[in-house]
Amino acid sequence: MAEPLLQTCGITKSFGALKASDAISLDLRPGEIHALIGPNGAGKSTLIKQIAGNMQPDSGTVHFLGQDVTVLDTVARARLGLGRTFQISALAMDFTVLQNAVLGALGARGDVMRFFRPVMKDRTLVARANEALERVGLQDHAAMRTAELSHGQRRQLEVAVALTLKPKAFLMDEPMAGLGGGGSKRLTGLLDGLRAEAPILLVEHDMDAVFALADRISVLVYGQVIATGTAAEIRANPEVRRAYLGEEDAA
Amino acid sequence: MTRESYINAGLTFLLVLAPFWAWSMGQAYILTLCTKVAILALAGVGLNIALGLGGLVSFGHAAFFGIGGYAMGILASHAQTFDPIMDWPILIEGTKSMPMIWLVAMITSALAALLIGALSLRTSGVYFIMITLAFGQMLYYFTIGWPAYGGEDGLSIYVRNIFPGLNTLVPVQFLILSYVILGFALLFSARLSRAPFGLALTAARQNADRVETVGIAPFRLRLVAFVISGAITGLAGALFADLNRFISPTMFSWHTSGEIMIFVILGGVGRLYGPVAGAALFILLEHLLGGVSDYWKIFLGVLLLAVVLFARGGLIGTLAGREVGHG
Repeated sequence: MAEPLLQTCGITKSFGALKASDAISLDLRPGEIHALIGPNGAGKSTLIKQIAGNMQPDSGTVHFLGQDVTVLDTVARARLGLGRTFQISALAMDFTVLQNAVLGALGARGDVMRFFRPVMKDRTLVARANEALERVGLQDHAAMRTAELSHGQRRQLEVAVALTLKPKAFLMDEPMAGLGGGGSKRLTGLLDGLRAEAPILLVEHDMDAVFALADRISVLVYGQVIATGTAAEIRANPEVRRAYLGEEDAA
Repeated sequence: MTRESYINAGLTFLLVLAPFWAWSMGQAYILTLCTKVAILALAGVGLNIALGLGGLVSFGHAAFFGIGGYAMGILASHAQTFDPIMDWPILIEGTKSMPMIWLVAMITSALAALLIGALSLRTSGVYFIMITLAFGQMLYYFTIGWPAYGGEDGLSIYVRNIFPGLNTLVPVQFLILSYVILGFALLFSARLSRAPFGLALTAARQNADRVETVGIAPFRLRLVAFVISGAITGLAGALFADLNRFISPTMFSWHTSGEIMIFVILGGVGRLYGPVAGAALFILLEHLLGGVSDYWKIFLGVLLLAVVLFARGGLIGTLAGREVGHG
């Protein structure tokens, strides 16, 4: 079996008496989409933050590309090649769509301390940004102010900025949230092709997308991973049905 | 050309025209007012890099303005008494050379900005405002209690410093010098805001998470912006001291920080010509209303309130509207 690119080993994080992460071990292998699902309050966001570097686990380690990155911050992990998208769009709202994508390309190239040459005339950066916009289908909105994008288009732009980084692994926090049926389908298609470039750890509420895409699914309940397996295994798992899918059916 | 660049061109034209008009009317003091506008605008251009591009609400830019002023005062006072600043371990003498003074003013204020920034930028929001204010006031009280250069009374420099090839005591020559420096600062500021650094800095103002996620550390961006900002405001301080041929602790006081911020806010935060428009308006009001009442700052306060409440883009923002497009 291929060496995992991204791995958490027993990470635990408590807030007072609440164990938001309870000895979570999971991994992301090359070429796969590993979906993380779980009811609200299961600790998905806390886990994402510890993987991305916004939060330090109380114990346990995070390994990325065979390196212990537990003490590294967000910036260092991004520079290593972790491409993250946010649940709530984190974009420069006053920028044009293209400027947001160029910012990603600039971050990837890493030479930000340049003070004189106009960045939007840098052909390499702009080409890289446009290519990413095209892949998510935003090429016609490049000159639009980001604040004027619809919610769904902002989600697409989040993914586009992550693409400009050409990351080694993606960490996507609910990229489908708030997308209409068409947008969701389109993004599903994109992610499907993307896994060959870099594996995706996908936190997602959209069950259709998860079961259509994921090679493996992990279910998080009350800070613990109660099951990891293929879509069929997860569907058949009685504990999962009780803890999670059952609630959905009832709702 | 965008509407804003027409407005900027118009402002430049007015600033250049004003001295000619003053000269034809025989009103020589207008030249001094124009020089003052240019120098204060320069201080604002400095602050605008931190405040406008970086979103760093520094209430302590008087620190750099004052350091620039005292760099001039200390160097020039030693030169006029032929008394070296230090003679051991190396001999450092005073100087009357403007380029030398400017260099020292910019380097010392940049170093101060590096120190103040490295400490202050660990905080944000209202704490950042308070800590920068505290540093400014610290230097203010330090200079009050520092007898070597006049203490509370300040220090007069009898002859304006020298620029090669110019007679700086002729008002129009010093005016041109100030205009040219302001021009260079505006050019630099315009390039900076469009450069990779400017893109990342303005992105960090809007969304720090985004910048971190693409692998850029916002702290470094802000610190560099703060240092550049401090150096430019420091240069303005040196020129301001030369304009008045006088330095005093007032240069360090929070009033000065507030005034520099008012130039930027009146003119338009983050707008290239914001500080120019703001400083010009400020001096114009001081000149026109100051003749009517000693309490002219009440009117300034009302105007500032109106700008903050109804015209967030300041003078330039109101006239030019929001910038669209990525140029």
